[in-house]
Amino acid sequence: MISTILITIGVLFNLIGCIGLIRLPDVYNRLQSATKCGTLGTCSILAGALFHYGLVDAGIKALIAIPLLFFGATVAAHALARGAYHFGVKLGDKSVKDDYKDAVK
Amino acid sequence: MRYLALFILTFLFWLLLTFDLSVANLVAGGAAALITSLLFAKYFLDSVYKFLQPHRYFWLLVYLVILIWECIKANIDVAYRVLHPAMPIKPGIVKVKLDLQSDFARAMLANSITMTPGTIAVDIIDDYLYVHWIYVSTNDPEEYGRKISGRFEKYIKKTFE
Amino acid sequence: MDLLEILLYIQIALSASCLFRIIRGPSIADRMVAMDIFGVLVVGICAILSIITERGFILDIGIAWIILSFIGTLTLAKYLSGKKLNE
Repeated sequence: MISTILITIGVLFNLIGCIGLIRLPDVYNRLQSATKCGTLGTCSILAGALFHYGLVDAGIKALIAIPLLFFGATVAAHALARGAYHFGVKLGDKSVKDDYKDAVK
Repeated sequence: MRYLALFILTFLFWLLLTFDLSVANLVAGGAAALITSLLFAKYFLDSVYKFLQPHRYFWLLVYLVILIWECIKANIDVAYRVLHPAMPIKPGIVKVKLDLQSDFARAMLANSITMTPGTIAVDIIDDYLYVHWIYVSTNDPEEYGRKISGRFEKYIKKTFE
Repeated sequence: MDLLEILLYIQIALSASCLFRIIRGPSIADRMVAMDIFGVLVVGICAILSIITERGFILDIGIAWIILSFIGTLTLAKYLSGKKLNE
């Protein structure tokens, strides 16, 4: 029962992340919504798997996957943001401030 | 010392992943952990004695609870901004002064900033952290540090430094 | 129809919507963001599938997928910022 609730919450968060991925205007904002919602949603689904199996071998695998996914997604988001800026993708039209421009030159 | 710490960590990871205590499994895991620690220990942390200080684990627990709470808040914040018809965003890149010294603590701070409401860490140059913020709410550079990294810096200092 | 199966189909449809961003994305960086999040969603599919079929080994596939997608994204990000891989 708890596992079904956790999985439902996870899929809802993933849905919001995908809507953000399609709707938001530029790369950095898409990265924000996709990383946050995708990571927490999938972590929630894995926690549902952990509750479903209990602490046997399959449950432990789900438990290991949670920190791996968490750190992997955050480091990948950071690398993608930096790579996109160095590649020359501009900030969107609505942006109000850019301190990074002076530091890169 | 570094080799020993990395060996124990990788061997523990292997045991959790396979979940099997037969002799063949232990020997295979030991060999794999030995090769890994011989190859990669020179990239591992410098100060492994910190693993043996118990008060760090207590602060780690406090830090994890705060991190998970901020994570959930971040998701609700993103959901509000995405589902709102007018999309109330005002993005920009700001720079924040860092207080932490060690590399590992800085990496952890950047990770937790990526997971907090509306911010993504982009780069670290010298002592400044560059952060992409989805809603720049003030124009005062003094306020940035307090609003973005002030929640975590205290606990990360106690846990990892 | 079971609730878990409905959730599985929703998750698969979400991955397909990431493919939309991969096809349409105006720049390479957009495509790579969509690729990264596609990998994360597939791990969710693996977890739900493993619960429905009661087979634990599908979670192994999920763990391997996390690590491979992480390394692939890092490599592509290095390529974007125009540096050598050992830097």
